[in-house]
Amino acid sequence: MPAPPCASCHASRAALRRPRSGQALCGACFCAAFEAEVLHTVLAGRLLPPGAVVAVGASGGKDSTVLAHVLRALTPRLGISLQLVAVDEGIGGYRDAALAAVRRQAARWELPLTVVAYEDLFGGWTMDAVARSTAGSGRSRSCCTFCGVLRRRALEEGARRVGATHIVTGHNADDMAETVLMNFLRGDAGRLARGGGLGSPGEGGALPRCRPLQFASQKEVVLYAHFRRLDYFSEECVYAPEAFRGHARDLLKRLEAARPSAVLDLVHSAERLALAPAARPPRPGACSRCGALASRALCQACALLDGLNRGRPRLAIGKGRRGLDEEATPGTPGDPARPPASKAVPTF
Amino acid sequence: MCQVGEDYGEPAPGEPSPAPRPSREQKCVKCKEAQPVVVIRAGDAFCRDCFKAFYVHKFRAMLGKNRLIFPGEKVLLAWSGGPSSSSMVWQVLEGLSQDSAKRLRFVPGVIFVDEGAAFGKSLEERSKTLAEVKPILQATGLPWHVVALEEVFSLPPSVLRCSAQEPAGSEGAYKAAVDSFLQQQHVLGAGGGPGPTQGKEQPPQPRPDPQSLAGPPAAAQTGALSQLFCSVRTLTAKEELLQTLRTHLILHMARAHGYSKVMTGDSCTRLAIKLMTNLALGRGAFLAWDTGFSDERHGDVVVVRPMRDHTLKEVAFYNRLFSVPSVFTPAVDTKAPEKASIHRLMEAFILRLQTQFPSTVSTVYRTSEKLVKAPRDGPAAGDSSPCCLLCMCALDVDAADSATAFGAQTSSRLSQMQSSTPLTETQTPSGPCCSSGVGRVLGCGQGACRREDPQACIEEQLCYSCRVNMKDLGLGLAGDPGLSD
Repeated sequence: MPAPPCASCHASRAALRRPRSGQALCGACFCAAFEAEVLHTVLAGRLLPPGAVVAVGASGGKDSTVLAHVLRALTPRLGISLQLVAVDEGIGGYRDAALAAVRRQAARWELPLTVVAYEDLFGGWTMDAVARSTAGSGRSRSCCTFCGVLRRRALEEGARRVGATHIVTGHNADDMAETVLMNFLRGDAGRLARGGGLGSPGEGGALPRCRPLQFASQKEVVLYAHFRRLDYFSEECVYAPEAFRGHARDLLKRLEAARPSAVLDLVHSAERLALAPAARPPRPGACSRCGALASRALCQACALLDGLNRGRPRLAIGKGRRGLDEEATPGTPGDPARPPASKAVPTF
Repeated sequence: MCQVGEDYGEPAPGEPSPAPRPSREQKCVKCKEAQPVVVIRAGDAFCRDCFKAFYVHKFRAMLGKNRLIFPGEKVLLAWSGGPSSSSMVWQVLEGLSQDSAKRLRFVPGVIFVDEGAAFGKSLEERSKTLAEVKPILQATGLPWHVVALEEVFSLPPSVLRCSAQEPAGSEGAYKAAVDSFLQQQHVLGAGGGPGPTQGKEQPPQPRPDPQSLAGPPAAAQTGALSQLFCSVRTLTAKEELLQTLRTHLILHMARAHGYSKVMTGDSCTRLAIKLMTNLALGRGAFLAWDTGFSDERHGDVVVVRPMRDHTLKEVAFYNRLFSVPSVFTPAVDTKAPEKASIHRLMEAFILRLQTQFPSTVSTVYRTSEKLVKAPRDGPAAGDSSPCCLLCMCALDVDAADSATAFGAQTSSRLSQMQSSTPLTETQTPSGPCCSSGVGRVLGCGQGACRREDPQACIEEQLCYSCRVNMKDLGLGLAGDPGLSD
């Protein structure tokens, strides 16, 4: 059965049906529509003003590759300049291959690339070392908890090094939907109250962050990368099977099969949640150790690293922050001599 | 691992170490004397009497804590025949027969909705179910009503408009509210409901013989109802439609007979599933109304959920131990495969996750208690905001060009409309409500543009999730009562 003509240009044969609307489009028109929608998101939300230096969190995966490509196509329209920032978490067999992909992309697109490594920033702690340290306690390793917090700190640090004014990440609609499901299942009222918006405006000196691909579903991101023939790294992280997010992701895939608009419906729900004022986090202050944005005495990154350095990695995870107020051992990460320019507590 | 224990602003609760599995020598954890018969939560073993006391206490505490039910008030118990609502009716009966100090002091009635026509049950099957239902209803000794879902067609269109809102009373005003209520009762005579009913004809006087069972409904109405449900394309939309119609019907009966409160038997497990389902349906703005203890969006009649603290396991064990009568009535999703609807998927997911992380349901329940009934932008909207036609909640959709999920979907439809102008020369563009885009999506773009306008007008008065459900309905909307407005 021959494919219908493209519903947009009526010239070429349609190559796909958009998952969202079932509309038949050819490759070029689909890419144009996708880029138009990302542009609309950025303009309607006033996310990236003209003259901004935008640090793109590039992991080598499909989302950040597509994000960088689209933003690069839109730079003349938006009047911004791009910098690629890649984070090396020190996961053997995974991150090195992904970084190779990022380097190829930077060379091809002629964009400046900066790589920041956990090993340098956090006193020698790589993710593999963290995993070894938290293993064997009978409970799960919570690798993603550490990695997420530390990566956002590393991204902020990398962005500052290149003089960026905004940080963008490639989170897509599926990620947002999984996050809200996960936060409900775990009872994380604080994150529910904070999330669902368009990123953070950057309070207390932290860089503003946003997610231009927020309303693009994962299927469309993959299709875009296919039609534009983008080169990206598509394997899953070594520690991913242990994550709780896997349950939410599995559920989301099934929901999407039952009702295709489920992903955007969840994003809409997340935007409209109304939580009690007591559930919202308090006004953030500064971390007593590194000066970053923190809602407690210690920012989350310092607290996690503190636990790791003391040989009690689960100190800052889960219920109770017992022992955090004890005197810290010398040789903690972060440079105390650095002026206390506030850095962001990296959680969405 | 599943649970995040960070409560901002509160001291971190300490987690008790998991209790050892109860051995044969273990006694009831409460009275420490009798042999336990059931294990609740994470290893708490209760004997029969302590379990009953625990169960009843939960029910009474839920009613007493919220102080919404006035003495002498008429309350309608929505009974579906299932275990949770049967347990609720049983609790109310037991509560009425206690000593005068502890006795429940409201005046209950029971309603059963016969939904057989919605999923094609024959008249014989329906009368068989009714034959099982009637003895139980009569044994309760309360005024009972049996209504068929077909009566939804004879509802006046005014049910879709919000009646005057009762001013919400704070805790301090409870006594004053009770006093004024009792005074009103004196004035209006027996069975008068509180508050004026504006814009409707006077409700008929409560009939002297409330045991009402109308004859079998007209075949035309039954045919219309089954046609309506057959025209719905997905099971998800069918379940939502059924729920909407059932709610409107029960509320109408409550208003007609002077009941001011409706009690539904949703248990903790069901409410946790419902919360996650509604999240996936796009009803994030209304979660507090859908799953909270009280639901006042209908104005004069308040829906109350006293069983929301009881898990399904407790309900099942109670019903078994104390022989609570219940009737099995198949629902629209009975024996449907897991992938058939969002509701089924979520139910299977939550129950499966519960086996792995036993605190899932209670975590979701606790999070739901932190939801508030306010629009996210603050109390600016207030009473004057328009309400959804079908679910009666304040509309939660923004202007079409904002940077939200809704904005992303409508803007893509707009661009679709603009880019396909060659084919739409014959249709007159009709402004921002994207009716031709809707028509294109529904596949009737050719000559039916005149029909699209009422569809677009209706859509504008619906909330986000009702709009999504509308897409799954067939275009034969004439059967639905309110939409003929």
